[in-house]
Amino acid sequence: MKVALFVPCIVQDFQPQVAQATARILARAGVSVHYPKGQTCCGQLQYKSGNWKSARAVARHFMEVFQDCEAVVAPSGSCVNMVRKYYPELFRDEALWMDRALELGKRVFELTEFLVGVAKVEDLGARWRARAVYHDSCQVYRALGIHKEPRALLSRVKDLELVEMEQADVCCGFGGSFSLQFPAVSEAMVADKVAHILATGAELLISAEISCLMNIGGYLLKQGHRVQAVHIAEVLAHGGE
Amino acid sequence: MRVRSLEFGQRAQEAVLDQQLQRNLQRIGVRFKVGRDMAFAALEDPEGLRNLGRAIKERSLANLPHLLETLEAKVKEAGGTVHWACNAKEACRIVCDLAKQRAVRTVVKGKSMVTEEIGLNQALEAEGIEVWETDLGEFIIQLAGEPPSHIIGPAVHKSKEQIAELFAEKLGSPKAQAPEELTKIAREKLREKFVKADMGITGANAAVAETGSIVLLENEGNIRLSVTAPRIHVALMGIEKVIPTLEDLAVILALLPRSATGQKLSSYTSIITGPRREAELDGPEEFHLILLDNGRSRILADPDRRQSLYCLRCGSCLNVCPVYRKVGGHSYGWVYSGPIGAVLTPQLVPARLARQLPFASTLCGACAEVCPVKIELPKLLLTMRQRLTEDPNFDGGIPLLVRLAARFHGWLLTHPRLYRLAMDGARAASRVLVRDGRWLWLPPPLSQWARNRHIPTPARPFSSTWPKLKKELVQGGEGA
Repeated sequence: MKVALFVPCIVQDFQPQVAQATARILARAGVSVHYPKGQTCCGQLQYKSGNWKSARAVARHFMEVFQDCEAVVAPSGSCVNMVRKYYPELFRDEALWMDRALELGKRVFELTEFLVGVAKVEDLGARWRARAVYHDSCQVYRALGIHKEPRALLSRVKDLELVEMEQADVCCGFGGSFSLQFPAVSEAMVADKVAHILATGAELLISAEISCLMNIGGYLLKQGHRVQAVHIAEVLAHGGE
Repeated sequence: MRVRSLEFGQRAQEAVLDQQLQRNLQRIGVRFKVGRDMAFAALEDPEGLRNLGRAIKERSLANLPHLLETLEAKVKEAGGTVHWACNAKEACRIVCDLAKQRAVRTVVKGKSMVTEEIGLNQALEAEGIEVWETDLGEFIIQLAGEPPSHIIGPAVHKSKEQIAELFAEKLGSPKAQAPEELTKIAREKLREKFVKADMGITGANAAVAETGSIVLLENEGNIRLSVTAPRIHVALMGIEKVIPTLEDLAVILALLPRSATGQKLSSYTSIITGPRREAELDGPEEFHLILLDNGRSRILADPDRRQSLYCLRCGSCLNVCPVYRKVGGHSYGWVYSGPIGAVLTPQLVPARLARQLPFASTLCGACAEVCPVKIELPKLLLTMRQRLTEDPNFDGGIPLLVRLAARFHGWLLTHPRLYRLAMDGARAASRVLVRDGRWLWLPPPLSQWARNRHIPTPARPFSSTWPKLKKELVQGGEGA
């Protein structure tokens, strides 16, 4: 099976190691990975800030780039949700693009759902000695319904002790432009999230959503907490052969 | 009521720093959310019930003109009077005229958000009429001179200590602390008003077209007194509250208390059809129903926004909203707060005055999970963002520079080479500002973000590392 890697804009320029880990894992899962040229972004920022005209242009570009791919995999729930759920909304009045959006939506997967649901792989031979807590991003869990898959994958990581936190399903307060427009509220929300994380005694915070990790991880780092925030791809690609 | 939604950012910032308020807001989760979840878990088919509720609202609104006319005919048949009000001013005028014509001096009120929406108390008081809120929460905020902060619990932002202090200050009562004591003080005060009142004013949780009845849910019994003790009962409701039949009401009654407070049924459910009949012992001599539009028909006309009108006003979306639970209801600056407030306010007041509200959400989706009629709140929030940004009829007053920046960014994203060039340029430029992986300086609003959070610095982009990685994966025999 051939899989196209979709590298979200934040990952491309700020967290490239997440995309590298994703490529390694997919290869290890036995699929052939390629990286379509010309990809930029899913248009989520335009869409969520109310600039739907721009969002449509970005979405069209995205669909052109990935149109011939058998499957598209991204290490990000929010981008997948954008393509799967919101592209069809955006093109409600343009039948051709709407069909293309619906069609592509069926072939775009979040990394953990692809591994468990499509590639049927749970054990990737990873090893990480740590007590870890997994954060259910709203975009991964609530929007896409992905809850069991990441846990199934993490339970196979050698030496990793997975614990659950209180109020795991409450938002961490990122919300994209929300955190820039209302920084004080966003910060109060992330402080609550971090309190729940610290209460578990975990040394590792794992999530499948890069934006939450930026928010929670950024707070952990600045406050000097000794909890490392990592993307699930980095865990699954870690120390295993 | 005056719209103060433009102050959202500032008020929200103050709210998160107000430790007493934070403690009070914490209680909401325990008081309402847990109860709601248990009440729904106990149902055989909670999803089915919610689907049914949504279908009823959908059908009712599709049929609204007919239903309202049926309702009017049936209310008249039962001996009541129906008034139609286009807007807040008209609704207030109707009530004030009624009160003046009938020499009303004291009014008792049941809890009603719609009367808050139109500023009815102020209008009556301007006519020299005494108005008393009889719902305990409403009574408390009336004493404090504040608007409600929650659709179900108007005074949910106050602790019992704060209430005790307020009572001591305004009613001259001893500084009692126990809630029972405080309730007793309020009850004694209000009993005399019930006896004295000439008019009772209520809202309506629903109206049943086939019978011409209005439905009122409560837990305190104050509404029963408000609608039976005075000689005149005036009920106000938004036009979206009408449903076809009693059978439909059964569904709404199964959903509303469960969602609001986790109860199977409120302590009191009143179904009121017209005024007192001949030979009946109690009830008012006159019954008036005021049907209020106030922007609702405009919402109805837009298929993308119509579902805003499905709201039963249960407050469950507030209880689970992580933003509401941090900023409290007053931050939203108008009557309705939380996710539904963020959607409704810009549609019911001049949009520009509430332009921040739809953006004051992380779109986490917790609200849509609990809404009894499955309103797609995140979708509505996104729709309102689009309207405020792109629709001249919804002039959100979003600065041109902000819109142009978004457009330019979008344009760049459709030109991969230029985008790459821009990002590489930004990375080169950022080197001046980055020392040891930390930013020395950031422009606002990034600087506020970074006050307590580290912001990542640009790295060598993935695309430039891909060729080497691809080789490695091929050589590792792991496909490519």
